[in-house]
Amino acid sequence: MELAGVSSYLISFLTFAGIYAILVLGLNSQWGFTGQFNIGIAGFFAVGAYTSAILTTPGSPAYLGGFGMPFLVGLAGATLASVAIGLIIGVITARLRTDYLAIATIGIAEMIRLFIKNEDWLTNGVRGLAGIARPLVGTPLDTPLGYLLIVALFVVLAYFLVERAYVSPWGRVLRAIRENEPATAAAGKSIARFRLQAFVLGSALMGLGGGLYAHFFGFLSPEAFKPLYGTFIIWVMLIAGGSGNNRGALLGALVVWGIWSGTELLTGMLPSAYATQGAALRVLLIGVLLQMFLLTRPQGLLPEKPPRLTAKGAKGRQDG
Amino acid sequence: MSILLEARDLYAGYGGNDILKGVNLGVEHDEIAVIVGPNGAGKSTAMKAVFGLLNIRQGQVLFRGEAITNTKPEQMVRRGVAYVPQEHNIFPSLTVQENLEMGAYLMKGDIRPRLAHVYELFPRLAERRRQPTGQMSGGERQMVAMGRALMIDPSLLMLDEPTAGLSPRLIDETFVQIQRINAEGIGVLMVEQNARQALAIATRGYVMATGANRHEDTGPALLADPAVAEMFLGG
Amino acid sequence: MNEILQLLVYGLVLGSVLAMGAIGVSMIFGILRFAHFAHGDFMTLGAYLGLAFVSAFGLSAWWALPAAMLGMAIIAVAIDQLIYRRLRRTQPVILLISSFGMALILRSLVQLIWGSDNQTYVSGIQFPWRLDWLGGLRLKPDHVWIVLISSALIVMVHLFLSRTRLGKAMRAMSDNMDLARISGIPAERVIMMTWIIGGALAAAAGVFLGIDTRLHPMMGWTTLLPIFAAAILGGIGRPYGAIVGGMVIGISMEMSTLFISASYKPAVAFAIMVIMLIVRPQGIFKGTL
Repeated sequence: MELAGVSSYLISFLTFAGIYAILVLGLNSQWGFTGQFNIGIAGFFAVGAYTSAILTTPGSPAYLGGFGMPFLVGLAGATLASVAIGLIIGVITARLRTDYLAIATIGIAEMIRLFIKNEDWLTNGVRGLAGIARPLVGTPLDTPLGYLLIVALFVVLAYFLVERAYVSPWGRVLRAIRENEPATAAAGKSIARFRLQAFVLGSALMGLGGGLYAHFFGFLSPEAFKPLYGTFIIWVMLIAGGSGNNRGALLGALVVWGIWSGTELLTGMLPSAYATQGAALRVLLIGVLLQMFLLTRPQGLLPEKPPRLTAKGAKGRQDG
Repeated sequence: MSILLEARDLYAGYGGNDILKGVNLGVEHDEIAVIVGPNGAGKSTAMKAVFGLLNIRQGQVLFRGEAITNTKPEQMVRRGVAYVPQEHNIFPSLTVQENLEMGAYLMKGDIRPRLAHVYELFPRLAERRRQPTGQMSGGERQMVAMGRALMIDPSLLMLDEPTAGLSPRLIDETFVQIQRINAEGIGVLMVEQNARQALAIATRGYVMATGANRHEDTGPALLADPAVAEMFLGG
Repeated sequence: MNEILQLLVYGLVLGSVLAMGAIGVSMIFGILRFAHFAHGDFMTLGAYLGLAFVSAFGLSAWWALPAAMLGMAIIAVAIDQLIYRRLRRTQPVILLISSFGMALILRSLVQLIWGSDNQTYVSGIQFPWRLDWLGGLRLKPDHVWIVLISSALIVMVHLFLSRTRLGKAMRAMSDNMDLARISGIPAERVIMMTWIIGGALAAAAGVFLGIDTRLHPMMGWTTLLPIFAAAILGGIGRPYGAIVGGMVIGISMEMSTLFISASYKPAVAFAIMVIMLIVRPQGIFKGTL
């Protein structure tokens, strides 16, 4: 491959890794900080992507939208729409065991996928949305590299936001809930409210990631939001990187995306007749990777090193 | 002959913090041993440690003279030790009879004689053998719990606050039952909040405080001890 | 009227499939305290195991059923011993993640071995009976068999849970894990039996779905949501509730096509589940949560 090819591949690779990193940080705020299980990441991602696309694309008779808004308005809309969905799901499940949340989130992701597929007036259905503009049009930075810089900027912002939240008193309560829910409740903290806030923060980041994806790719269709792409890889990234640790989340995004892309290069060498098998084999490998991490290194590559909790949690049940 | 169950100088607790700091207990097959003491003294913890429900860090448990420290609950049951926790001590969606059958899970052979024996001891359970226990009253649930433990024909019965939450009439009844069970040659080791009544029937009494033994004597002697009375019997 | 009756038949068929899956999900939750996300893909793999057996020996589609049930029971126990058992000492939610990964592994295995195209047990269309005395109701023999065999399997599960020592121990463990341990109930043996039943019933659900429609690597995953909805509706951890839940969800999904587009059928299951989570999260039969 020529140098230009290599550098353009690398830029595209890093842009994707950056978008995934934002999603993984979002999941870390839900699972890593509070132990909330979201298997519907694809849904939040899709809502963000479509919202931004509808807000920013030029008009079309085929579907709603064509508001022609600027890029940043699109991203803000993406974040807000995802927050709204996160609020609804969070309010319903905040008081229940996390298994219910997990089930509810695959439900919501499936509903969103069905909605996007069937409601042509809004999303153009299976034909998809095309012509989603890149930002910085007309400037010298209207290049893949320019977009990579924008994504990198958002990764840095998201990282500092989530890291700040983690070490703040608010984050301390979240960890206390995760470690010992009864004791935290006894200390007078509204567990449901803190959980909800963390869930919504994560949803916001997932929506943002979706928006960034839409403007990078330029085209959206329901097929892009199979649960695998949206959800599974992100889980493997967080577990491999080290859930609870924001730096681990970033590392996980980079490493797992590297493995995933690397296997694509490998299976790409297979004859095209085996394309389906190749794709299945890659998923299989990622699935096995997850099991190996869970079995041998559940704390991930960069384990969480939480700052000490000030109030020592009761370690066990006292009795008479 | 060696004593039925003996615990020597137990140290145990949750997550590295010892709640028990040198507890000694003993019970003979014809005895009712009662542990009393203020809240947080570690009474229930001592029972759990003996039964293998939490790790003993230091000390020894002997059963018929054999060291059984940190034996798993299943093995304790096989050796003939039955334990009734204070709470959540029944299977609520199972019927009375099914609860009793679960108690005899490890028993080989015909369990019908044991069932008949438990029903004889608790006639009220016989009347309701097909009823799910989740819908029964507190007193009836306690009978189910004790009946379940008796199904293995134990040589030692461990009871954690068997009268908690019961009415005064049912408390009296329960103590009578416990004496009847003991009269069959089953040693009883129990933790009780109704200290006066429990010590009155105890051949051995232990007063625990802050994770260690404070006083040890026959039940009636402890009742008569002014130091014990002052400590928690309310004068 | 005629149409409603027809949809009721379809609803019973779908309800039977969902009940087969939901019993397993509910039992696994009761014993191991986690939502088993690979259950849909257990169905898929079961259906394909049946296909492999049928095409290898040139037998009728109904032979797929016992073969798939047996095969899937063995695979379920193997997966538990190989992966889940080692994760049991950690929090149950780690098992949930692992089962989610297992779902993807099984699905990609199915794709690798059998490809991604639609397949069927038998080619050609089965002609339904036309019951003129019931307003011209069309009844496929396959549908009748699916409902009858599911009912028989449900009766067998019931007899197991209510008459056998191991079955009662399973309910006891689901009720009160600590007390089961104190009573000396052998947890590992009960867990193994849970996977045998859960795996076998999931395979039955997969084969039924394959007979009714077609085989596809995504068939189980797309059925997982209605199965969870059925288990939650019935009270998670309650196998009998799961049967009722499966029927309610199945019939509601089919009946909904009277009012809304058929592509929104899964949305009906989801809506019922969400309403249940708001109004009565413990389910109709008061589950173990």
